[in-house]
Amino acid sequence: MSEPAASAWRTARWALWLPLVLFALFVALVLGGLLRPENRDIPSRMIGQPMPAFALRAAVPDRPGLARGDLADGRAHLVNIFASWCIPCGVEAPQIAQLAAQGAIIDGIAIRDHPEDLAQYLARNGDPYQRIGADDISAVQLAIGSSGVPETFIVDGKGIIRYQHIGDIRPEEVPMILARLKDAS
Amino acid sequence: MLAEFGLAALWLAAALAALQLLGGAMAVRDPDNALGAAVRPVAVVQGLLVAIAFAALVALFGQTDLSVKLVAENSHSAKPLIYKLAGTWGNHEGSMLLWVTVMGLAGGFVALVERRLPEATMRATLAGQAFVSLGFYGFLLFASNPFARLSPPPAEGQGLNPLLQDPGLAFHPPTLYLGYVGLSIAFSFAIGALVTREVGPAFARTMRPWVLGAWIFLTLGITAGSYWAYYDLGWGGWWFWDPVENASLMPWLAATALLHSCSVLAARNALRAWTVMLGVVAFSMSMIGTFLVRSGILTSVHAFAVDPRRGTFILALLAINIGSALVLFALRAATVTEGERFAVTSREGALVFNNVMLSSILGIVLIGTLYPLFTEAFGEKVSVGPPYFNPMTAIFVVPMLLVLAVGPLLRWRRDRLARVQLSLLPPLVVSAGALVAVLALGVRPGLPMVGLVLAPGLAVASMMPLRGRHLRRLPLAVWGMVVAHAGIAVALFGMACDSAFSTEKLVAAHIGDVVAVGPWQVTLSGIEPVAGANWTALEGELLVRYEGGDAIRMTPQARSFWAPPQNTTVSALHTRWNGQLYTVLGEETEDGRWQLRLWWKPFVPLIWGGGFLVALGGVLALAGRVLADLRRIVVRDKIAWRRLRQGRRA
Amino acid sequence: MKARVFAWLLLAALAAPVRADDTMPPAPYAYRQLADPRAEAKAEALMETLRCLVCQSQSIADSDAPIAGDMRNQVRLRIARGEDPEEIRAWLVQRYGDYVTYAPRMTRLTWPLFAAPLGLLALAAVLLRRRFTGGRAA
Repeated sequence: MSEPAASAWRTARWALWLPLVLFALFVALVLGGLLRPENRDIPSRMIGQPMPAFALRAAVPDRPGLARGDLADGRAHLVNIFASWCIPCGVEAPQIAQLAAQGAIIDGIAIRDHPEDLAQYLARNGDPYQRIGADDISAVQLAIGSSGVPETFIVDGKGIIRYQHIGDIRPEEVPMILARLKDAS
Repeated sequence: MLAEFGLAALWLAAALAALQLLGGAMAVRDPDNALGAAVRPVAVVQGLLVAIAFAALVALFGQTDLSVKLVAENSHSAKPLIYKLAGTWGNHEGSMLLWVTVMGLAGGFVALVERRLPEATMRATLAGQAFVSLGFYGFLLFASNPFARLSPPPAEGQGLNPLLQDPGLAFHPPTLYLGYVGLSIAFSFAIGALVTREVGPAFARTMRPWVLGAWIFLTLGITAGSYWAYYDLGWGGWWFWDPVENASLMPWLAATALLHSCSVLAARNALRAWTVMLGVVAFSMSMIGTFLVRSGILTSVHAFAVDPRRGTFILALLAINIGSALVLFALRAATVTEGERFAVTSREGALVFNNVMLSSILGIVLIGTLYPLFTEAFGEKVSVGPPYFNPMTAIFVVPMLLVLAVGPLLRWRRDRLARVQLSLLPPLVVSAGALVAVLALGVRPGLPMVGLVLAPGLAVASMMPLRGRHLRRLPLAVWGMVVAHAGIAVALFGMACDSAFSTEKLVAAHIGDVVAVGPWQVTLSGIEPVAGANWTALEGELLVRYEGGDAIRMTPQARSFWAPPQNTTVSALHTRWNGQLYTVLGEETEDGRWQLRLWWKPFVPLIWGGGFLVALGGVLALAGRVLADLRRIVVRDKIAWRRLRQGRRA
Repeated sequence: MKARVFAWLLLAALAAPVRADDTMPPAPYAYRQLADPRAEAKAEALMETLRCLVCQSQSIADSDAPIAGDMRNQVRLRIARGEDPEEIRAWLVQRYGDYVTYAPRMTRLTWPLFAAPLGLLALAAVLLRRRFTGGRAA
């Protein structure tokens, strides 16, 4: 294609390779995204922070509710966030029982639950909880950065959050949880 | 039998695509190669064969042949026929088959009718089309065969996602696909032009109608998609800057830029390398969009048929296709000069500005959409949403709209603003009036306010190119531009009104309660169970009155599908000239009241009305171009015929 | 309802915390507006920019997920108490990280997002600098 030299002009050479470079960056970026194991957990940022103040009413009549003061009693607590309507909670129940059997202090926070349903759930799945607080509007859940059920937090004797476990605790994870509990006390 | 027949047609089409690529490549090296002459007919037959394969799949879905795995997994015998047919593309394999079908048909159509470019460029173009198609054929045949059988066939199918069981949504994917994949033609033209170095006004004039066609479908697809999201999601929002929405917006932005740069290239032989680049980018955005949607790499409300493994395959495909096109561009574009220069104040100047702004918006949308992926590589999760996209795109949208008001009035090459200042007066006056009105109404400063002030002026400005012209003799293409630009103003006004004036009411109402929302009085008069072919629902009966006028009956539903089991809300909308009442029935509360969500959205339908006007503008422009071409062909044939007769007489 | 369906699909695919539906009534202000329209408008604007944590890309203003309802309840109550919307956002970010807000903050990792418009304009200027004839010349 011939052009009068006066009006002809070219794009700088580096600019011509720019699209390819940008595209290569895009491919690298999404390839990294595809290869990374998918992880939709949203970890709480409250690890290492003191448990916020809260006081939950008793979720079942035969047990006290849960407040911040109950957790900062010099011993490490396992705070299990669960609900009777949550299927994986039932799946992790044996592991919670096992943890209790090995000396862990376990407190529960029941999310959006009816006392009757909860009583049934405890009768069916075992009842290792010392206290169960009822969180009907996810207030404590939001305050500690938890986004679902089940989740389990380790709170040390001073009431500091030490660990968050997202999802159900599997049998092989029990020793790890125990070790972390020991570290926290 | 039909499934095997379809598969055979697909294999044949794939083989022909290979032949088309080979023939095109040979023709580039040796123009007299015999295979070169076969490229056009092969492209036509390939298009027909893949269309036959697609028709076979549609037929299988139509008769719910459960021995075909895809049908068993995505259909159900108790579904209305229209949704059985729509099930064809409501899944991964079917939608990929639709993709190659559109590519094949578009290629065949180009091969059949396009005669304006040098034959060598045409062959290279068709080879490019075959090159891209081949990847998708391979994907279908080796990794996602839509015709695979299931033995033994199940007694019943698993059904189609109820959210897709909506008359509008059923045809949304094919519309968008015609746009997405139609841009493959622009891509192939760009490849062809780069191969033969024939980048000039003829290239732009040839490419323009094809881009325009794809762009019309994209515009319609996005407009309709936004409307369906609006009534389907049940929360009154019409654009969420969700990754899937962005994936459809990006090719549209690129195609819009391409349309305008084509005009510069066609009229003034400038912006050559840039136009070629946009041709590549537009289709690349279609493929990237498809990849983002299909791989599930970004979470979306509109996600369906997501599969990361297939995502990897699509990524490989697009890396090969786009990568090789960009290498070709980098190597060849250096020999393509950019052509004529021009003054800033000129039609080209305005169009270049428009291109820079559209490309920058595209850049912002792309960066914002992908950014969460980037931070995740560093172990941080972030969300990028409306609070980022709205102001950041506005940085470019507002100047672009201002130039849109002036650009069409300017002359090519060089002009003076003083010459057009008389035409700018009416829009300025109207905008000033709008500003006074907006201030009087107490609209708070912000983007909606900018939109409310800008839109009326823009609407008037978009009409100004008609001033002093003989309306009946005005080319259709000019009408198209005027209508499309006016459509932008109309849509903008609707968006701004929705943001500035919408009122929302969330209430729990007993039967008989009256609720006021905006100028409306809404009475919940009853709740009734109703049933459809594959669902049951609770239907609320609302009697609504506008400013105490006659009662209008509205019936929002809470619907439960049983195949597959799923609950959806079906909102009820009432449209008036000045807005829309949007009603949703929620759940029953413990004390026997019913949750109602009500919105009064003044002028909100203008958003989609504007979108359709934009598409209509495209249709007018396309009709104008095609008619002009046809007229030219007729004249040429007449001259040829006369010569022939004269020759005979002599 | 769509939000719930997608949350369910997402979680089912994960096999991690599956959230079946509870039968508790929603939190008081999940589906109820504040009496003061100005406060409600403030809350609304904030809710539209907070991400529902268990949904697929939806704000808490657009979701029927129970936790989104509980978050709306929190937002409305805090606004009614006179808290500043940005304080509430910061409170949530402190707990869930930047993922919870659709308005990205400027940080060590996100500054390029905000530099993007400038970068694009600069790039356009570089590419275009010779494309126009200068003033009345040519």
